[in-house]
Amino acid sequence: MYDGYLLSILHGALLSIQVALGALVVAIVLGLAGATAKLSSHKPLIWLGGIYSTIIRGIPDLVLMLLIFYGGQIGLNVLLESFGYTDYVEINPFAAGLITIGFIYGAYMTETFRGAILAIPRGQAEAGLAYGMSKPRVFFTIVLPQMVRLALPGFTNNWLVLIKSTALVSILGLPDMTYLAKQAGAAARGQVPNAPLLFMAFAALIYLVFTTVSLIVLRQLEKRYTLGVKRSAV
Amino acid sequence: MQFDVIFTPEALTLYWDGLLGTLELLIACIVVGGTLSIPLAIMRVSQSAWVRGPVWLFTYIVRGTPLLIQVYIIYYGIAQLDWIQARWDTTWPWIGFKDAFFCAVLAFSLNTCAYTVELLAGAIRDTNPGEVEAAQAMGLSRLQILRRIVLPSAMRRTLPAYSNEVIMMLHSTSLASTVPAVFDITGAARSIYSDFYLPFEAFITAGVIYLALTFTLVGFFKLAENHWLAYLRPQKH
Repeated sequence: MYDGYLLSILHGALLSIQVALGALVVAIVLGLAGATAKLSSHKPLIWLGGIYSTIIRGIPDLVLMLLIFYGGQIGLNVLLESFGYTDYVEINPFAAGLITIGFIYGAYMTETFRGAILAIPRGQAEAGLAYGMSKPRVFFTIVLPQMVRLALPGFTNNWLVLIKSTALVSILGLPDMTYLAKQAGAAARGQVPNAPLLFMAFAALIYLVFTTVSLIVLRQLEKRYTLGVKRSAV
Repeated sequence: MQFDVIFTPEALTLYWDGLLGTLELLIACIVVGGTLSIPLAIMRVSQSAWVRGPVWLFTYIVRGTPLLIQVYIIYYGIAQLDWIQARWDTTWPWIGFKDAFFCAVLAFSLNTCAYTVELLAGAIRDTNPGEVEAAQAMGLSRLQILRRIVLPSAMRRTLPAYSNEVIMMLHSTSLASTVPAVFDITGAARSIYSDFYLPFEAFITAGVIYLALTFTLVGFFKLAENHWLAYLRPQKH
C-alpha cells in the first residue's frame, strides 16, 4: 500500500510533465510573437508587446492563475450566454492550467527572445532582404538559427522556473504530483510513519530529477549550438 | 464588472490587512534569508570541498524543487512530525513550528537564501584577484580581506541581480495563502472571490497592488544602485 501511494505520485508526475511541455510550446509561440511585436515598427504592436511582458512579469503566477482559471470560467459562460447558448460550460482544468502557465512564461520568453534577436547584427537581415528574401524567410533562415544559441541560457532558466511552477496547478485541483503527494500524506497518516513528510519529499525528489535531466540535456544542446563560436579567453 | 464591491470599507480593509501581511512576510524573509546568505556564500567559495559541498547541495536542492513543495514539506511535513510536536510546547527552536507564519517565513527564507547564496558567491568569485593580492601585500588578515575588500564590492555588484530576486520573493509570498492562518494580498483576494464570486474584480485588484509593489521595489533598487554602484557608472567629463 506504501507502494500504491508512491505509484500514484509517479502517475501525477506524468501529468506534471504534460502540463510543463504543453505550456512550453504555448510559451515559445507567445514569446516569438511577443518579441516580434516588440521589435516591429508598428507603435500599437510595440505597446501591446510591452504591456504583455511588463504586466505579466509584475504579478505573481498564482494570482494570474487564479484570475485566468476562475475568471476564464465565468468569462466564457458570459460570452456564450451573449450568443444565446445557455448551458453551463466547464473549462477543463488541465487545459486551463497549461494555457495559463504558457501565457505567463510567454512573457518571460518574449524578453529572452527579444534580447537574442537584438544581438544578431542587423546587417545580416538587411543583406537577406537585399537579396529579395521575404521577411518570414529572413526570420526563419537567418535570424532563428543564430538566435537559438543566444537565447539558450535564458531559455534554460525560463524552462527551469516553468517546470517548477507546474506545482501550482495542484491549487486549481488538478491531480498533479504535488496534489497527489499532499493527498497521500493526509490519507496515509497513522498507517505510514511520517507520511506527509515522506510523500512530499518524494515529489520533491522527482522534481529534482526533472531539473537535473533538463540541465544536462540543455547543456549538451548549448554545446551543440556553440560549435564554431570562438570564445574570448580572459 | 462590479468594482464597487471592492471599494467598500470592508473589502478595502481586507486588502490593507493583506498588504501588511505580504510586507511583513517579505521583510522577514529578506532579513532572515539575506543575513543567512552571507556566511553561506563565503562557505560556497571555500577551497575545501567539505565546506563547499554541503552548501552546494543545499542550494542545488532548494533551487531544483518548487517553492510550493518546500512550503508543504515544512508546514505539513516537518511541523507534523511526532518528534517536533512532542517538543513544540516547551523547547525553544521547535516552538516556532506551531505557528503557521513561522513555517511560511522559514520556507521562503531558505528559498531566497539559496538563490542569494549563488548570486553572492558568483560575485565573490568575480572579484579582481589583484585587489586580494594587494590586500595580502598590505598584510591584511583573511578575515580583514573578506570584511573590508571582498564583501563590500561583491555585495554591491550583486545588487542588480538581487533586485530581481527580491521581486521574485514578493511574488513567491503569494504562496502564503496556501498555508492556513497566514493572510496576505492573495489571501484577501481569495476571500473576496469566495464571498462575492467575482474572480475578475478580486484578482485584478490584487494584481494591481502587486504591480504597484513591484514598481516601488524597482524604484528603490534604482536609488540603491545610484548610491552604491555610482563608481561603476560611465564618467562625465
